[in-house]
Order: sequence, then structure tokens, then C-alpha cells
Amino acid sequence: MTTPTAPLPDVSHAPGARLPERRFALTRADLVRYAGASGDFNPIHYDERAAGALGLPGVIAHGMLTMGLAATAVTGWFGPSAQVAEFETRFARPVVVPPGEGVELAVSGRVDAVLDGSRVRVVLTALCGGERVLARARAVVVTGR
Amino acid sequence: MGLNSALVGRVYRSPDTYEVGREKIREFRAAVGAPGGDDAPPTFPIVLAMKAQEAAVLDPELGFDFSRVIHRDQSFRHTRPVRPGDVLTVEVRVTRVETLGANDLVALRSDIRTAGGEDVCTATTTLITWADTP
Repeated sequence: MTTPTAPLPDVSHAPGARLPERRFALTRADLVRYAGASGDFNPIHYDERAAGALGLPGVIAHGMLTMGLAATAVTGWFGPSAQVAEFETRFARPVVVPPGEGVELAVSGRVDAVLDGSRVRVVLTALCGGERVLARARAVVVTGR
Repeated sequence: MGLNSALVGRVYRSPDTYEVGREKIREFRAAVGAPGGDDAPPTFPIVLAMKAQEAAVLDPELGFDFSRVIHRDQSFRHTRPVRPGDVLTVEVRVTRVETLGANDLVALRSDIRTAGGEDVCTATTTLITWADTP
């Protein structure tokens, strides 16, 4: 998931402003890396047979990896001085990560409301294979502006 | 073994504290593609919360089939970011225990504070047993 550190996009924080899509490549190696970093070694995230035993179509990404990448998109939009005060989501659909080249997760957002001078609420969309994998994904960001 | 809704309200406090390491934060940042910075990324508290939640989800009195569990909802409310050197405690409270059709659902609230009692983050987690036909 090596994404180059791009310069901060000059995004508007006005209500309705669209936040540019960030794409994250996800391979099995990324799942293993996240398992190690988070301590979540549930075998459905690396073992085809364990995933199949649960009726899943294949090895799936940790929901928290998807949410973590979405958080990375949020902090990318607002810059290092911003802080995420609230962040919530439902894991609507499992992100199946096949061996080899894996899949791509696309995270985009929209400023839903400016709550006060420096806090904005952002609504997020996370797509994998054209399907929404997160639902009700929202963050409240203290922009530091 | 059925799910025991009498456990709503039960609180689990571990005597252990979690000391946040700079390298652990770096490792986590790398895993979620987050560029540098000392503070932990917004979803980092799940590392502590998940560990602490084990006491609840594996409590035999709860009757939850952890081998079939998937993550349904997650939220974080941060008072401040987690920082290297923080010594943190987690208090886990069972907030919801319910059977929805063929699926068992358990919701937990994890209050993360410094050992000195300062609020840092509240994480809420909803887990559900996965049925073959979602």
C-alpha cells in the first residue's frame, strides 16, 4: 500500500465540497502487515480455508484496515495539523482480497456540514470493485484552519 | 449455548496498562498507508480496544461464538490523539446483546484513559456472528 506522499490538495472545506478520491492497492501482504501491526490474527484474513468455513467467498481484509485506510484519506485531505475527533462506519460488505495482485479500494468524500469555525463533518464513500464496502461512514475533523 | 443478554452492563477492567511505543505507531502507520507524524492515526486505539474486548467476547457466560464473528460497526470519539509514551487503560462495557434472526450481535464500549485518569478515546464496536447467507 505504498502511496506516495502527495502535496496536500487545495480542497475547499465548504459544505458540499468534494474531497478527491484516494486509491489504495490491497494485497495479501497488506493484510499480513495489518495483522501484525494491529494484533488481529483472525485467520479469515489470511487463510482461504478459514474464510470458506465462514461462508465467505475468500480471504477478506480486516474491516479495521479498510477503516484505517479511509482515515488515511481523511487526514490526507485536511493535512497534518487537522485532528479526527470522531470517526464511525458500518462494514457493509466484506473486501475480498484475492492472491496475487489483490484489489483496489477507492475512498472519496464530501464535506457534509461545517459544525463550527474549525470543525467539519465529512461523509465518506469507499468502493471496491464498484461496490460500497463502508456504509454510514462519517468523520468529524478539527481542521486546524 | 444461547446468547446471554443479562450481561448487558457488565464491565471488564484489565489490571494491565498499555504503554504506547513510537515504533508500534510507526508500524501501524505503515500498515494503513499513513505518512509520518508522532501521534497515532485515528484508528490506532483499536489495537488496545480489541485486546481488552477479548475478556468480554470470550466470557463463557456471554455464550458468543467468537469463531464466527465479523466486525459490523465501529466508531471512535477522540478527546485527543494517542501519543508515544502514553500509558493507557481500557474499560470495556457490554452495551448490547441481541439475536437478530440467525445472527448474534454484541456491542461493546471501550473507554480508553491514561493511567492518571485522563480521557483519551471512546471506541464502540459491534460484532455479529456471520451466517452463510447474509
